[in-house]
Amino acid sequence: MKVTGSALLMKALVDEGVTTIFGHPSGIFFSPSESPSEHPFRYILCRHEQVAAHAAEGYYKATGRTGTVMVTAGPGATNCVTAITDALVDSMAIVVLSGQMPAGVMGGDVAQEADVVGTTRACTKYNFLVLKAEEIPRIIKEAYYIARSGRPGPVLVDLPSDVMTERAELRAYPESVAIRGYNPQVTGHPGQLKKAADLLAKAKRPVIYGGGGIIHADASEAFHDLVEITQVPTTLSLMGLGAIATDHLRWLGMLGTYGTYAANMCIVHCDVMIAIGSRFDARVTGTLSGFGKQCRIIHVNIDPTSIQRNVRVDVPIVGDVKCVLRDLNTELRKVKRHWEKDFEEWYAEIEGWKKRHPLRYEQREGVIKPQYAIDMILRLTEEYDPIISTGVGQHQMWTAQVYRGRHPRRWLTSGGLGTMGYGFPAALGAQAAFPDRLVLNIDGDGSFQMTMQDLCTLVEYGLPVKTFIINNKHLGMLRQWQQQYPTFPQVDVAHQPDFVKLGEACGVTGIRIERPEEVKAGIEKAINTPGPVVVDMLVARDESCLPVMPI
Amino acid sequence: MGRARSETRGFPVGGEEGMKEHTPVRRHILTLLVENRIGVLARIAGLIAAKGYNIDSVSVGETMDNSMSRVTLVVHGDDWVMEQVVKQLNRLVDVVKVVDLTEEDCIEREMILVRVNAESANRAEILRIADIFRAKVVDVTHRTYTLEVTGDAHKTQALLDLLRPFGIKELVRTGQIAIARASKAVSRKIERVPEGEEPVEQKSTTATP
Repeated sequence: MKVTGSALLMKALVDEGVTTIFGHPSGIFFSPSESPSEHPFRYILCRHEQVAAHAAEGYYKATGRTGTVMVTAGPGATNCVTAITDALVDSMAIVVLSGQMPAGVMGGDVAQEADVVGTTRACTKYNFLVLKAEEIPRIIKEAYYIARSGRPGPVLVDLPSDVMTERAELRAYPESVAIRGYNPQVTGHPGQLKKAADLLAKAKRPVIYGGGGIIHADASEAFHDLVEITQVPTTLSLMGLGAIATDHLRWLGMLGTYGTYAANMCIVHCDVMIAIGSRFDARVTGTLSGFGKQCRIIHVNIDPTSIQRNVRVDVPIVGDVKCVLRDLNTELRKVKRHWEKDFEEWYAEIEGWKKRHPLRYEQREGVIKPQYAIDMILRLTEEYDPIISTGVGQHQMWTAQVYRGRHPRRWLTSGGLGTMGYGFPAALGAQAAFPDRLVLNIDGDGSFQMTMQDLCTLVEYGLPVKTFIINNKHLGMLRQWQQQYPTFPQVDVAHQPDFVKLGEACGVTGIRIERPEEVKAGIEKAINTPGPVVVDMLVARDESCLPVMPI
Repeated sequence: MGRARSETRGFPVGGEEGMKEHTPVRRHILTLLVENRIGVLARIAGLIAAKGYNIDSVSVGETMDNSMSRVTLVVHGDDWVMEQVVKQLNRLVDVVKVVDLTEEDCIEREMILVRVNAESANRAEILRIADIFRAKVVDVTHRTYTLEVTGDAHKTQALLDLLRPFGIKELVRTGQIAIARASKAVSRKIERVPEGEEPVEQKSTTATP
């Protein structure tokens, strides 16, 4: 039986298990005889394609299932480039389906035509241009496989409109894919695992440094086991937060440029470091010439290009984090050692660091300190086990510093690319995945203004995201950098919308909090109000995010 | 040649030195087995350009399996960055295998077509040079000869150096292709091994744990 390309596409998506699609309409996906309303997906129409693509990222991070985006040709696809690049750098699995001009006229400078495959070649993990309708099922299968496997990443599929109307034989969805050039390593090399276990068995001052890879691999249970077996002090990068409960006894706090003093001192003074699902980003290592010279390093990562990239490593282990940790834990359980007792001196030293420079702020009368606002939001919502997203900037770093959570996949933030405007759409995407869960977007006034036009989308689809704008009427992080590097440009953005009125204009509840004594009640009111809420929290304008490790 | 990246930025971002010791900048010859599809070459070229490197030459053609092509790239770069480039090329979905032939014993060839000024006084000399290099004359006018010659980089460069004083009017080069010596065939395991021959151990360039 012959059906159109668009019918083949819809069926392939159903067979792939897609339930939710974020996008902006494209007439080109549906041939005249098929109506979108017949399709079994929940289609969330966003006001800007960048929002749709970030929402797909948030959906993926919150669920572990590949996010799906559907956009039209030309500007629809190019509007996604920022989010696609964000997904590439932070290893988010999303598939972007973009409409395209008919293959027959491509390259002819038609209206709304853009070389999307060419444009996204550098920012996708892989992309496809479909030229024959019969290829669609195989390509969709490959696209989702490539996106989610190995080191996850964004995949774009460009679908010319004449391919969508072309008729081809309806066949069964492929059961498996075989790609010659792409075979991610799953199990770790047994010899390396043994070396790693030996190093840990002899370590006197070890530290565990985990990253986003633990979340992508759904390995937090195995990671937790590793910490329980070895009782080694543990830190996480920005992207790894949530891999272990923050109230765990061995938790050191986040490491890196805005990390805790104790975590960074551990990294600098350890004798063995085991890096899991992380990539030694510049924000973690600081100046590389001094990094990691004093210790032996074990590095577990599924991506061989992340290993020995910028830090010399003694025991590299290429493999899926969950698989490797399970095998490593088996080895470590054989080790005859009183882990906790052996590290008593190390623990004492760490306690000293924690006491010397704990994270602190001082909330006095008069004006709200942003750190206090964020700390209160997290404390008052902790019992609901919320999903939290952030924009980019000081508020992001403060939230990461005081983050409290017991489970993975509750923390959505843009790390590698640092995309302002990420927080709001990511929360939207996560809420679409979990309509009954409390989802918070802790945003900055600068970041929020980048993607705020989709407030109406929350109302349209009943997505009760609670947005807290930590409003200092500044691009705060840049203003902080200006103090250290005076050649920086001016960053004053005092003129901004009245966010409460803006929220109300979109049909969203608006709450303003201006004084410290209003904070608790205001937060409680926000989380108890049904439906989406925007909270405008006016905070001190000139706070700096500390500590800051010089880079 | 070499890194084109600017060192000056508005503020420090960190991560610039680190593992990279001073490794020599030299000519690297990479051979890749890739899917024979639209966009594959563009992705490879894009990856190398993104590193700030110039591709000195590229040659690509189908293999015995016409779903796969063989790409030969010549890039000047320092050893450490080239190692990263090789790993990142390997990571590409369409790249099946990458071998850095720089250190290997291999056979390299390039073909050039060169049009040289050949006034009557010099014509005999030019033909003698061509003969020495086993070059063929493929075009002739009263004032020029066009020569075709094949050889490794040293040979073709030597010929060009000898012809330069006469005045080279036009030069077209294919760029290097290379094949490892038979004891280390790159594509053996991928292509069908003919009857009676032993399959050969493949050298892997992925990061060996």
